[in-house]
Amino acid sequence: MKESPATGRAREGGHGLGVSHLLSMTQLTPEAISTILETADSFREVGTRIIKKVPALRGRTVVNLFFEASTRTRISFEIAAKRLSADVINFSSSGSSVSKGESLKDTALTLEAMGADAIVVRHSSSGAPQTLSRWVRASVVNAGDGTHEHPTQALLDLYTVREHFPSFEGLRVAIVGDVLHSRVARSGTHGFSRMGAEVTLVGPPTLVPAEAAAWGAQISHDLDAVLPKTDVCYLLRVQRERQRLQFFPTIREYARRYGLTRERVGALPEGALIMHPGPMNRGVEIASDVADLPQSLITDQVTNGIAVRMALLYLLLGGSEA
Amino acid sequence: MTAVLLRGGRLVDPASGHDATTDVLIEDETVEAVGSKAPGRARVVDCEGLVLAPGLVDLHAHLREPGREEAETVETGSRAAAAGGYTAICAMPNTDPVADTAAVVLEVRNLGEKAGSVDVLPAAAITRGLEGETLVEMGELAELGVRLFTDDGRCVQSAQLMRMALEYARAFDVVVSQHAQENSLAEGWQMHEGYASALLGLRGAPAEAEATIVARDLLLAGLTGGRLHLTHLSAALSVELVAGGKARGLRATADVTPHHLTFCDEDLTGYDTNLRVNPPLRTAEDRTALRRALADATLDAVATDHAPHTVEDKEVEFDQALPGTTGLETALAAVLSLGPNPDLPTIVERMSTTPARILGLADHGGPVAPGRPANLVAFDPAAEWTVGERPFASRGRNSAFLGRTLRGRVVHTLLRGRFTVQDGEAVE
Repeated sequence: MKESPATGRAREGGHGLGVSHLLSMTQLTPEAISTILETADSFREVGTRIIKKVPALRGRTVVNLFFEASTRTRISFEIAAKRLSADVINFSSSGSSVSKGESLKDTALTLEAMGADAIVVRHSSSGAPQTLSRWVRASVVNAGDGTHEHPTQALLDLYTVREHFPSFEGLRVAIVGDVLHSRVARSGTHGFSRMGAEVTLVGPPTLVPAEAAAWGAQISHDLDAVLPKTDVCYLLRVQRERQRLQFFPTIREYARRYGLTRERVGALPEGALIMHPGPMNRGVEIASDVADLPQSLITDQVTNGIAVRMALLYLLLGGSEA
Repeated sequence: MTAVLLRGGRLVDPASGHDATTDVLIEDETVEAVGSKAPGRARVVDCEGLVLAPGLVDLHAHLREPGREEAETVETGSRAAAAGGYTAICAMPNTDPVADTAAVVLEVRNLGEKAGSVDVLPAAAITRGLEGETLVEMGELAELGVRLFTDDGRCVQSAQLMRMALEYARAFDVVVSQHAQENSLAEGWQMHEGYASALLGLRGAPAEAEATIVARDLLLAGLTGGRLHLTHLSAALSVELVAGGKARGLRATADVTPHHLTFCDEDLTGYDTNLRVNPPLRTAEDRTALRRALADATLDAVATDHAPHTVEDKEVEFDQALPGTTGLETALAAVLSLGPNPDLPTIVERMSTTPARILGLADHGGPVAPGRPANLVAFDPAAEWTVGERPFASRGRNSAFLGRTLRGRVVHTLLRGRFTVQDGEAVE
């Protein structure tokens, strides 16, 4: 009984993903990823209606637990949960018990006692969602943990690419920038590789760990050599903080070697896509006019984020079992 | 006079070269006889199937007192040591206040004597307040019996200061023990830098952060003729350097922990904070190199780096957890569990004879012979148990081995002829 999720009817059991938490893209099989993307298709349509709401998670409680400032991801999850008719509670570290020194464990137990069905967690410590998942029965969704993973970003990126290419098989994806510190790069590499794409990680040797080759990715330090063989050019945010720690000499030199300029866009094959998880440093990893090109999908990524997160919450929580 | 006859155990005593089934007769505090004995008036304790050895000696235990008594006290740490088969332990000085003056050293020693479970030998800091700037009054502390100086928990960064410590210490024949870590290569580390750290998104410290200091300090040992000890070595690179230094005839010794011999960085995939240790668990290849180096005596001793923490300091996000695992109650079993056929004489040598020699402890580490203090352990090398199924004597619950089934259980521990542990239970 596979009914349209947009009608609010549940799939059997609801756990079509084979996992009860989403902590890392490494947990998901290609089939599970496809299920999420297909489910997102029907939810995307909901976002185009005048009444952008379905009753799929009515009566369920989704807690957004954000220990680290984030506007876009939190709002995206909030809209996703609200469009599914879930009750949404936002819990951020400032102005809450967390800033009064409550531990992650006590916060988790409190949310558990309040009957949260899903906990969407953003945390500056790698592994915090996994630690949290040991203390609660609720489904834990990793909304970005330290420099580890950001799986829903990878899912929405896959969804966005899928709108432009018929298959991931053999698709050439270049992920450019501060791979070492990027949770987006980790999740993206796992996600694209799992779906059959060929991932190349590009950046200075100080920011691309040599061990990343073991994730099944190619490594390059020469963006200009990679661009002509790239179908998706995915730029990572570069934090100015890295310059202070000498990961590269200057922002200027970084931009000269790894920034996607208008000129470099010309080296990309016809039909290649440009992506960025935001927030952008215009003029550093991406030139301002490049960000606004038609092949740049940055705002599509944001739009698709809602549908993909709706699909994920729906599949994890199993919809309304009424 | 009280007499006890330990009957029918396999006495493994590297100091005398003894390895055979025999009886050991103890009168009061001392060994009266070794060899088949009629019990006479002595109480007979059947040791058949057990290994009898000189009591274990730990070069590296954090007892947390003074300052962090909620994590451990000298008393609870001493009881944990006895439960693990130890008769002497060296207490690390990174307490609050730091053991850098006679007052703190004497306090720790007095607390140890009061607890009475093991001989507690306070180590002292190399530098005042572990600040890495000014040498402590080594002479006075050595006169009080301090045998080992270390800034453990931190590494002496200044090569010049380390040179002075090694050189000055020669006057007292004491050991300068280094926690080898070059800080700038290890800033903000959470684990070993390698494939697992890249996957887990945890900031890594490369093995070179340790090996850099190992290489430097071996050179300084050569320069000064001082007695250098390198504690809790974790990397194959370090082991190679130590082997080279020993081949050149340096007065350097080194130890390794049971957890570095057992685990590797890939075990961190669950972000288990009990496996967050300092130095970090390295790769499987490093672990293999450590085991081999322990077997061939490149690594002289096993030391626990017993590091108890409160639950609040461990049940937190991985990067916020304090590093360390408890070790005193699991060390012997962990080492016995490393392979199918443990080499008992080598294990006893690395866990008792050699550490006693490094600390200059005449009363510990054997030989088990008439007239010698009866500091002994009896253990069942085959008994299996699961860590955590019985309460720990330590206040710390943070064992890296929690839930693991180990082989080898301490049955009796005797400190100067007195049972501190009998039939696996602490003796009050």
